[in-house]
Amino acid sequence: MGFPVLTVILLAPIIGALISVFIPKENSKVIKAVAGITTFTSLALTIVIYFIYYNQNLATGGFAFTEDIPWVRDLGVVYSLGVDGFSLPMLLLTNIIGFTSVFSRSWSVEKRAKEFYILLLILIGGVMGTFVARDLFIFFLFYEVVVIPIYIMVIIWGSGSKTKAVTKEYAGMKLTIYLLIGSAFLLAAMIWMYMQAAVYLGAPTFDIATLAKVDFPAKFQIIAFGMMAFGFTTLLSMFPFHSWSPDGYAGAPTAVSMIHAGVLKKIGGYGLIRIGLFILPLGAKAWAPVIAILAVGNVVYAALICLAQKDMKYVVGYSSVSHMGFVLIGVASLNIIGLNGAVANMFAHGVMSALFFSMVGYIYAATKSRYIPDLGGLAHQMPVASTGFVVAAMASAGLPGLVSFVPEFTTFVGAFATKQTNMQVLSIIALTGVVLGAVYVLRMVANVLFGPRKEEWDHVEDIKGSYLIPVVVLIVFIVTFGIFPSLLMDMVNSGMQPIAAKMVQATTAAAAAAQIGGNI
Amino acid sequence: MDANYSLLSIEIATTLLAIGVIVIGLLVPKEQKYGLGYLVTIGLTGILLLSFSFYGVNTKLFDGMYIIDDFSTFFKQLFLIAAILVSMAATLYVKKIGTNYGEFFVMMVFATVGMMLLSSSGDFITLYLALETMTISFYILTGYKKNDSKSAEAGVKYLILGAMSSAILLYGLSLVYGMTGTTVIVEVAAKIKVLGSMSPALLVGMIFLIAGFGFKISAVPFQMWSPDVYEGAPTPVTAFLAVGSKAAAFAVLIRVFFVAFPAFQSQWRLLFAALAALTIIIGNLVAIPQTNIKRMLAYSSIAQAGYIMTGIVAASVAGVKGVAFYAMLYVFATIGAFTVVMNFSANTGSDEIKDYAGLAQRSPLLASVLTVCLLSMAGIPPLAGFAGKFYLFSAIVNQGYLWLVIIGLLMSMASVYYYLSVAKVMYMADPVDNTPLVVPAGAKATLLVTMVITVFLGIWPEPLSVLANMAAAALFK
Repeated sequence: MGFPVLTVILLAPIIGALISVFIPKENSKVIKAVAGITTFTSLALTIVIYFIYYNQNLATGGFAFTEDIPWVRDLGVVYSLGVDGFSLPMLLLTNIIGFTSVFSRSWSVEKRAKEFYILLLILIGGVMGTFVARDLFIFFLFYEVVVIPIYIMVIIWGSGSKTKAVTKEYAGMKLTIYLLIGSAFLLAAMIWMYMQAAVYLGAPTFDIATLAKVDFPAKFQIIAFGMMAFGFTTLLSMFPFHSWSPDGYAGAPTAVSMIHAGVLKKIGGYGLIRIGLFILPLGAKAWAPVIAILAVGNVVYAALICLAQKDMKYVVGYSSVSHMGFVLIGVASLNIIGLNGAVANMFAHGVMSALFFSMVGYIYAATKSRYIPDLGGLAHQMPVASTGFVVAAMASAGLPGLVSFVPEFTTFVGAFATKQTNMQVLSIIALTGVVLGAVYVLRMVANVLFGPRKEEWDHVEDIKGSYLIPVVVLIVFIVTFGIFPSLLMDMVNSGMQPIAAKMVQATTAAAAAAQIGGNI
Repeated sequence: MDANYSLLSIEIATTLLAIGVIVIGLLVPKEQKYGLGYLVTIGLTGILLLSFSFYGVNTKLFDGMYIIDDFSTFFKQLFLIAAILVSMAATLYVKKIGTNYGEFFVMMVFATVGMMLLSSSGDFITLYLALETMTISFYILTGYKKNDSKSAEAGVKYLILGAMSSAILLYGLSLVYGMTGTTVIVEVAAKIKVLGSMSPALLVGMIFLIAGFGFKISAVPFQMWSPDVYEGAPTPVTAFLAVGSKAAAFAVLIRVFFVAFPAFQSQWRLLFAALAALTIIIGNLVAIPQTNIKRMLAYSSIAQAGYIMTGIVAASVAGVKGVAFYAMLYVFATIGAFTVVMNFSANTGSDEIKDYAGLAQRSPLLASVLTVCLLSMAGIPPLAGFAGKFYLFSAIVNQGYLWLVIIGLLMSMASVYYYLSVAKVMYMADPVDNTPLVVPAGAKATLLVTMVITVFLGIWPEPLSVLANMAAAALFK
């Protein structure tokens, strides 16, 4: 085993949090610098291993930079990390957003800044852990670690909404309870699967690749996948389990909204594919039609609700629910093109929504308002913020040349490639979501940024200093991956190969078994 | 038969400690009595270290009346740890009570002796005597604040209900004796095998035993006493009662049912599954509206007993291992939480949750320990409670009790609601009164130990799980 690069990436923010504990709370600038340096270390190392993998391992696929240390022997838990073409984009996404969120602006954070950055760093470390874990137990450990810091951050530094009777306490608790109930089912299914696998394998293991080799009975797969999918799709804010998400994002401080919308809900999609589809393919096949229908609900229903919102954070919040519908359609098509589209969409939506929330958060912090009718003409006073806002809006609308065009396109190709009429019909319905998406973001851009100059906002400062970091970094990634989509798509494709192959193999085996049964 | 009395050195040493503290308490002047608490702590720590040499000793004394095995050693260590932590934490609180400082610790040590004997008892007579030694010490401790009406009320309530449950237990024991003609637990199983079928009297006896033990572990529907007693009793007593008495009852319950009644396993497993589900649901749901933190912790400890009971449902080595593991980490989480409560009330005189507002700014240590301990009880990783629930639930999931696992997990997520409500008050609100809180060194030590171990066992449960596994395996030999 060489240099444990993944452990270093994982521990950098945690070490940052530990250092911050010992810095007196008056030195909030120092604490912010520590947070910035440690998250930047993780980001830089991630970019390095991304390109190493891209150049060396892409053809062969599989996990690289692996680390295995036996952890709890009687349970068979191994501290095993590793990255492949699926987890690397997610890890990169986490680090991009983690680094930029440190420099995002939220007016409430000046109070008790030390605690805020400590929790933020723990949160970033936790999210990363889920993407690099190859052991189910370790995955779940990190999965639940992230919920509690978010709750505390929302209730201390969050904000209520002007348009709805939603307080930050309510938003925080709603988010927490939804996610925890989802995770209760997830954990039950996981324990069950672990014990079932121990029967087949003779020894208990949490290794995801080993678990995927077990041919679980179809009936078990259907029940267990159902329970897992409930947990994961709640986190992914699938309709009708989505209602925590807009409230939660609206209530949360900017950095938390960025991380939550940007990466945290992607853990739902990641788990659904990595654990659900990979280990329980027959269960996935049985549930795919349901997921597809609910996904269309996501896209269309959330987009319609977006049209009626007057609060900027709610618009972005519901739009992220709507975008998750595209991810789910990709997953439900169960073929490699659809899966590629789904994963790429998760990445694209991550950077895009992080930029969006960052800009909305900045405008809110500067003007103390996020109520659309109050705002207007801000392009006059805040040209930089407006640029970021417009780029995010264009990416959200799926403009070619920006990061989200190719993923969305791939998703729909994947849905049509299933050659099933219902998938094709559903994806045509979902396409209306793209149109509606353009309507609501452009309307928000027009009402917030353009129009006559309002004098009441003349005192407002534009983005400057370290607040520039999120805008610049996120735009760089949005544009780079838009112009060179193969950087992302090749990577994702290599990660999806084994999962799609497993899917094909399991379904043909099941079909063959049914054939034999029919002939007899 | 010549008994090897050195095998009893833990029990003898603990009894001598108690008597020694009484004698020294008579000799020293009043203002120097505060050293007695530390004397107890040091003495118990020595005994705890001694007890590690008992792992691997599996033998019976006095014709099977007294059993020394890894199972009993594990639980003895648990009681010792609980007593050490509580005696360290209680110094300031007991000083505030004012009277009879030394006797408080004496009664604690006697209660510990009772628990130890209980976990080792191999005979119904030993069992009952040990149980009474423990319970009578607790009657005295519960009503220790003589001038406080709540404490007196709690003492009387605990005395009356406890006596009744002892009577029920005794009646159950006598029925079992009547049907089998023996009081030795191992021989009961052999006699039942000869009998072949379950006679109604034996069934009634078994149910009475469940009721008697159910009272001690405060399982629904025998839980009514615990919120009142927990609220009224001095907080160190509450902490010790919640962990020690409960764990001791679990130890003896497991021994009686696993050793004496394996023939009726299918019946009592179902019964315990139903009781566990009820206990988990009712404990957690009733905890939600509580405004007094001691009552809230009382209901949450009822729910915790429900989780532990799922390990009994498993009726396997893995299940008992889960019980032993969970009982041990429950000691740390519960004593940690109650230590915060006792120090908070020693400073402010209040047990109301709303008065905890801004505690994070007044005393970050108290706030963080309480948060960690509560979240561990809720089973949030990477804290010990998660590993504990994992051991418990993985033991039953493959035996057709998936429904119980789902109930357990859903309810533990529901419990996050009321645990986080406390966290919310502590972290979100600003304090009304900004005076910093005084936390004496002993209590600080307890707080740090409980927090560090709760986190450590969550991240690396292996050391404890090895011991728990030995304990469980000893029972099935």
